[in-house]
Amino acid sequence: MKIELNGKVHELPEHVKTTAQLLAFLELQNRIVIVEINQDIVLKDKYESHQLNTGDKVELIHFVGGG
Amino acid sequence: MLKIADRTYQSRLLLGTGKYPTFEVQKKAVDVSESEILTFAVRRMNIFEETQPNFLEQLDLKRYTLLPNTAGAKTAEEAVRIAKLAKASGLCDMIKVEVIGCERSLLPDPVETLKASELLLEEGFIVLPYTSDDVVLAKRLEQLGVHGIMPGASPIGSGRGIINPLNLQFIIEQSDVPVIVDAGIGSPKDAAYAMELGADAVLLNTAVSGAEDPVKMALAMKMAVEAGRLGYEAGRIQEKNYGVASSPMTGMITS
Repeated sequence: MKIELNGKVHELPEHVKTTAQLLAFLELQNRIVIVEINQDIVLKDKYESHQLNTGDKVELIHFVGGG
Repeated sequence: MLKIADRTYQSRLLLGTGKYPTFEVQKKAVDVSESEILTFAVRRMNIFEETQPNFLEQLDLKRYTLLPNTAGAKTAEEAVRIAKLAKASGLCDMIKVEVIGCERSLLPDPVETLKASELLLEEGFIVLPYTSDDVVLAKRLEQLGVHGIMPGASPIGSGRGIINPLNLQFIIEQSDVPVIVDAGIGSPKDAAYAMELGADAVLLNTAVSGAEDPVKMALAMKMAVEAGRLGYEAGRIQEKNYGVASSPMTGMITS
């Protein structure tokens, strides 16, 4: 399916259907990452159950240096 | 001891984590600063580029309180969105409200800052707004229930130091919550000065990260903050216009 990932359209492989699978696919499962889908935050305990849909606007956020 | 909400800290120096030359230098600088509160920004991941090391992931998170900022926000709504994202990490519930109202000076938007602070307090955050050095605004923020006030010494990253000590003093004197002088600190004398004015803490970033030797400057800032605080607690002498001898005026050997 096609989703918008951090502002760019991205084609996901067939097997990526949940938030947890998306993070695993991007090799981010062990990183400090915050997930927002269609402007709603998806908390860690919902990664497994949260299904992705075509056209979802997914933001993967993290902390960077700042003052 | 610095007390913010229900937390206590030994260190009165809060350190930003932006723009260090290398992670190694940054780690050492953070270490020698003995800071316990570190600020961060919240940004999109560069997922399409090769994985880059992340400073936060190299920290012993048990040792530090993370203070994410809402930098990049121009409205209260944007600030709230960023704050909620930060909190969703499960790593922090403190937020530095930073809503910039002027692109050139990077001075904060007082109206949006006030609005964002109110919304974030309703959401249960520990709220530390970065504000201009306006005593009325500081009081209004305090009345909302913010957990500290962070007035700027001068524009962010300018290194101009404390350009309006009187305004900072007004804020410090009337505040019942901690006052953390944030932004514009250029050198150790600025940090010491802020503390001598009675600030509860100082937050700085560029003054350390942009120094020729950030590690040495981090140590200098730590010592300056401590010296300034001690000086404040000790109570300085009054300034006078004319000299007053330190040596006895009696028993003179000369006539």
